[in-house]
Amino acid sequence: MAVALAALIQDPAAPPARHIAVGAASPIPAAACWLVRKAGANVRLSLLHKRRGNPFTEGTRELFDLAGQGRIDLFFLGGGQIDGQANINLIGTGDWPGSKVRFPGSFGSAFMYMMVPRTILFREEHSPRVFVPRVDIVSAPGISAPGVYRRGTAQALVTGKCVFGFDPARARFRLVSVHPGETAASVRAATGFDYDEPATVEDTPDPSAEQLALLRGAVCDEMLETYPEFCRRVWQREAQERVA
Amino acid sequence: MDLLQLDALASLVLDGATVALPPDNSLPSCALVRALIRAGRKNLHLIGVPVSGYASDLLIGAGCVASIETSGVTLGEAGAAPRFVAALAAGTITVLDATCPAMHTMLQAAEKGVPFMPLRGIIGSDILAHRPDWKVIDNPFAPEIDPIVLLPALRPGFALFHAEMADTHGNVYVGRRRELATIAHASNRVLVTVEQVVDFDLLDDERLAPGTIGGAYVDHVAIAQRGAWPIGLPGCYDFDAAHFAEYARMARTDAGFQAYLQRYVYSDAALAAAE
Repeated sequence: MAVALAALIQDPAAPPARHIAVGAASPIPAAACWLVRKAGANVRLSLLHKRRGNPFTEGTRELFDLAGQGRIDLFFLGGGQIDGQANINLIGTGDWPGSKVRFPGSFGSAFMYMMVPRTILFREEHSPRVFVPRVDIVSAPGISAPGVYRRGTAQALVTGKCVFGFDPARARFRLVSVHPGETAASVRAATGFDYDEPATVEDTPDPSAEQLALLRGAVCDEMLETYPEFCRRVWQREAQERVA
Repeated sequence: MDLLQLDALASLVLDGATVALPPDNSLPSCALVRALIRAGRKNLHLIGVPVSGYASDLLIGAGCVASIETSGVTLGEAGAAPRFVAALAAGTITVLDATCPAMHTMLQAAEKGVPFMPLRGIIGSDILAHRPDWKVIDNPFAPEIDPIVLLPALRPGFALFHAEMADTHGNVYVGRRRELATIAHASNRVLVTVEQVVDFDLLDDERLAPGTIGGAYVDHVAIAQRGAWPIGLPGCYDFDAAHFAEYARMARTDAGFQAYLQRYVYSDAALAAAE
């Protein structure tokens, strides 16, 4: 997923990503950003939840002030539910404010999704309970009515099974590529919303040897402090270890 | 500046107070939160600036909280906030959902002493539909139709946080955690726990002054060593991830949570640590 995200970050068809922000609870996007950076790209990364070396000296509002001005080019959002119109739900299922299952809350999504030119949606769990025809509660809308100020919306949705692109004019996803072991049919079976599908679906490229080495080494080094559990689970690395 | 004991500091926060707390990646005073639980506070209205974490979950589980206004409640990598989720399901608390920049903006309006401030975004989110106190107007400066959200000023009764040091003038050093300055400026009363009180003026030091909240905003200070624990205090001690995992595990059930309170809030060892 991190490699697929990295490819989207550097998509030549998209507006350039000079300053990328990564919010709370986003280890996979953080890994993707570090992968882009460690591979030599000139991007500024602002990681909101870094405990040391936090980039903001005017408090946590500074991220939102930057985004309000249009100084953040790319952001990442997940969702407890995501629907076919790219609406995201971080509040809960059932009635307001989450009568069936309560999620943590919307964080900055209701602002960032509309202020940042490009958002990449991500969710590892690819199942009909996550990817629903219509979210129970809208934390942040995928598209807005004409006249409502908005700089951008979803560029793509990356899951544990595939990559979808998003067409805001049609408010509809299209399948772009499937990860190893998946097919167009297996993605269709696991997705609760309808989407477009090309006649032949490409495979998501495998990570290169260089990318894998970076992920396990320099990328993990950067992430150990903020995401110790993630690094332990994915790379079997403890917080004290450093690759020489 | 009025230097108090921790329990005396906690006694200033009365039942029903509105209390602003920073999240776990900033500097909540967990020592003061434990003292509030020991004092048996009830019906607190918590304000997460801009989100809430362990300190809020602890207060909710201990039955101190009537409502919480926040943009999210989470233990980060340790997962969902178990007592928040349980209390919401049981109907013993209410939640007023917001979005992070709105929390900051409402406090900034209070800082400036203006009744409201505008913020982009939010239109189309169901949050707006459940916030009758948030209004949408047509931008009076735009040549064409341009709806924009207005947010009311938010003035918490109390701001509670922890910091590395205060001086005898009541100036408090928070370093780059400037959101604490916003909370302090906007709140009626500011109660701070610190690792130490230094005997020089923080504002006389050009390097420390930009990270210092002026004593004019600070009402009372108490010394609480390791007062952020299990949160980390940058430069002093690290975030205690193992303790967070233990909390997340124990707080899954009410019985486990009560055992946690006995061990880490009410026990003699916990009391000794608070002195």
